[in-house]
Amino acid sequence: MWEYTDKVKEHFLNPRNVGIVDDADGVGEVGSLACGDALKLSIKLDENKLIKEAKFQTFGCASAIASSSALTEMVIGKTLEEARRITNENIAEYLGGLPKEKMHCSVMGRDALEKAIECYLGEEAKAVEGEIVCECFGVTDIQIERAVRENSLKSIEDVTDYVKAGGGCGNCHDKIQDIIDDIMGSEAAPRTKKKALTNLQKIRMIEEILESEIKPALEKDGGNIELVDVAGNKVTVRMRGACATCSRSQMTLNNYVETVLKDRVSHELVVEEV
Amino acid sequence: MAKIIYVDNNATTQVAPEVVESMIPYLGEYYGNPSSIHAFGGDVGLKLKEARRELSDLIGADPEELVFTSCGTESDSTAIRSALKAQPDKRHIITTSVEHPAVKNLVEQLGKEGYRTTTVPVDSKGRLDLVYLYQNLSDDTAVVSVMWANNETGVIFPIEEIAGKVKEKGILFHTDAVQAVGKIPIDVHKLDIDMLSLSGHKLHAPKGVGVLYVKKGTTFSPFLMGGHQEHGRRAGTENVASIIALGKAARFTAAHMEEENTRVRQLRDKLENALLDKIPHSMVNGDPENRLPNTTSIAFEFVEGESILMLMDQHGICASSGSACTSGSLEPSHVLRAMNVPFTAAHGSIRFSLSVFNTEAEIDFIVEKLPPIIERLRKMSPFWEDAQLKDRMIT
Ligand SMILES: Cc1ncc(COP(=O)(O)O)c(C=O)c1O
Repeated sequence: MWEYTDKVKEHFLNPRNVGIVDDADGVGEVGSLACGDALKLSIKLDENKLIKEAKFQTFGCASAIASSSALTEMVIGKTLEEARRITNENIAEYLGGLPKEKMHCSVMGRDALEKAIECYLGEEAKAVEGEIVCECFGVTDIQIERAVRENSLKSIEDVTDYVKAGGGCGNCHDKIQDIIDDIMGSEAAPRTKKKALTNLQKIRMIEEILESEIKPALEKDGGNIELVDVAGNKVTVRMRGACATCSRSQMTLNNYVETVLKDRVSHELVVEEV
Repeated sequence: MAKIIYVDNNATTQVAPEVVESMIPYLGEYYGNPSSIHAFGGDVGLKLKEARRELSDLIGADPEELVFTSCGTESDSTAIRSALKAQPDKRHIITTSVEHPAVKNLVEQLGKEGYRTTTVPVDSKGRLDLVYLYQNLSDDTAVVSVMWANNETGVIFPIEEIAGKVKEKGILFHTDAVQAVGKIPIDVHKLDIDMLSLSGHKLHAPKGVGVLYVKKGTTFSPFLMGGHQEHGRRAGTENVASIIALGKAARFTAAHMEEENTRVRQLRDKLENALLDKIPHSMVNGDPENRLPNTTSIAFEFVEGESILMLMDQHGICASSGSACTSGSLEPSHVLRAMNVPFTAAHGSIRFSLSVFNTEAEIDFIVEKLPPIIERLRKMSPFWEDAQLKDRMIT
C-alpha cells in the first residue's frame, strides 16, 4: 500500500475537471498504454488570455489521476506565463507530496501542460528532442538531463522514479549514470559550496522581482520598497514613502510582496519589515 | 473497521479460528524448548511431532522427510542451493519464466554467480513449453525447479509428467508448491518429486512458517548451520507455536479440500462469469482448463489496476493487481509479460483469490460494486473513447 496523503486520496476519489474542453485552445497528450499511464490535458483561454478552463483524461494509478486533477486546479485562472512556471515539484507540493516512486506522475502533468501551451502557441511540438536512452519507456537524454537538474537527482533509481527511464530491462543504466555523473561533475564541483550559490541566486532573483514587478506596482500608490537583507528564507525589506506610514503596509507586505516572492522564488520565504 | 470482503487469499489467508486456538497455549503456558530433557520441554517436542505427522499426511510424505523452515522463500532457497552444493560439478539450473520471486530472483543471482540458467517460456495461456524444457535437460543440469501452480493466474503445471521426465535423466526435481498445497490434492510419494516447498500462511496457518519436503535418500546440504534441530537439516530453535498451528491448518485444509474444489470453485466461476458478462473488454488471464479452484485473474482493458484496487478498497473489497503501479516497479507483472498479455490488458489485471471463508453474498457484492468502478475509470481514460469507436465500427 502506498502512503498517499489525504489530498492525493481526495483528488483521486473526487477528481476535478474530468473530460475534454469543448473547442479547446490547446491540447497536450503524454504517455501511452504501454507505459502504464497517459494524460490528455485540454485548456481554453478567456479574452484576457487567462486559462479559463482545463480538463483532463487520465489512464493510470491513483497518483496519476490525482496529479492530473491537481494540475487543472492549479492552472485555472493563470496566465500562460504563470502556468509555464509550474514545475513537477509544484504539483507534488500541491498534493502534500507524492511517494518518491510516484514522482513521474507529477512529471507527466508538467509535460502535458507544456505540450498544451505549445499547442496553443502554435509552437512546433519539438520533434523528438535528443536521443532515446531508455528504449523501454522511450525516454531521451534531454528529458533525463532536465529531470536530474530540476530535481537534483543523484541515482539511477531517482531517475527511474521521476521519468521512468531505467525501470524496464535495465540496459540503459550505464548511460543514465553517465548523464548523472556529467551533471554532478559540472555543477559546482565542491558540492559543499552549492548552498552558498543557491543563496546568491535566490538573492539575485528576489532583487530582480522587486525591481521589475513589485516596485512599479507600489510606486503607483506612491510607495517604494528596498531590500535590506536575505538570511536563509527570511527576506527583510524597508518600506518608503506612502507605504511606510500607511497602516496597511503590513497587509501590503503579506498579501502582495510575500505572495509574489513565494510564488516566484520559493514557498519557504517569509517577508519582514524593519 | 468496515466490513472486509477478502478475496486475496493467494497473498495470504485468514488464520482459521481453530488454528489460532491451537497455537495460543504454546505462546503462553507451554513455553518449553522442545529439545529439553525435562518433561516440560519434552511435551512440546511431542506436540511438534504430531504437527509433523499432520503435515506429512496432507502431502503424502513420511514425517521424517519434512524440514520446518521460516517461510516458503526459505524452503525454495534451501532446496535449490542444496541441490547445487550436493553436486558441485553440475553447473546448470532450469526454471520457468513465471516463478515467484523466491525462485526467480535466486536463480538470477545464481546466474550472476556463474551458473548456467535456462528459463522455460510459457504460451499466451501461461502453459509451459514442455518440449523446450525437456530439450534442455543435460548431464550438467543440477536441478529443475518448476512451480506447481502459479500465484497470479492459478495455472497448474503438469508436475507429474515433468517430474517423471526429469527423473528419467537422474536430475533433481524441486517444486514450489506454495500455492498448490491445501488447494488441490497432493501425494508426493506417487510422483518423482525430490523436494517440495510449502508455506503456512497460504493455507490458513500464520505467516513465518514453512516446510521443505526432502525425499528420503536425497543428498541434502543445510542452509542454516548450528544446532541439531530438524536432524541437523535446519538449525535454530523451532517456531513452536507456528509449527503446531501449521499442523492444525494441515488438518483444516484436508477437511475442506472437497469444499475448496466444489463450493469455492463454483463461487470463483460465478464471480468470473458475472464480471466477464457485465464488463465489456474484459478477459481471463491464464488457462481455464488447468487452474486452481480459487483463483481468477481478469484483465479490464484501458484502466489501471491500482486505481481499481483503491476504489474497491472503498467498499472493503481486498484483491491484488498485476499492474506495475501497485508493485512499485514500472512494468506489469513478469508473469503477465511472459504470457504476452497485451499492455492494454496487463496494466488493468486484477487477481481474485477465494477461500472457504468466502460466501455467495460476498461474491454478489463484488459483482454489484465492480462494474461501476471500471466504468468510472474508463470514462476518465483517454483511450476509452477510441476503443468504443472501434467497437462501433466493427459491429
Ligand atoms: C508461489 C509462491 N512461492 C513462494 C512464496 C513465498 O512464500 P513466503 O511468503 O512464505 O516466503 C509465495 C508467496 O507469496 C508464493 O506465492
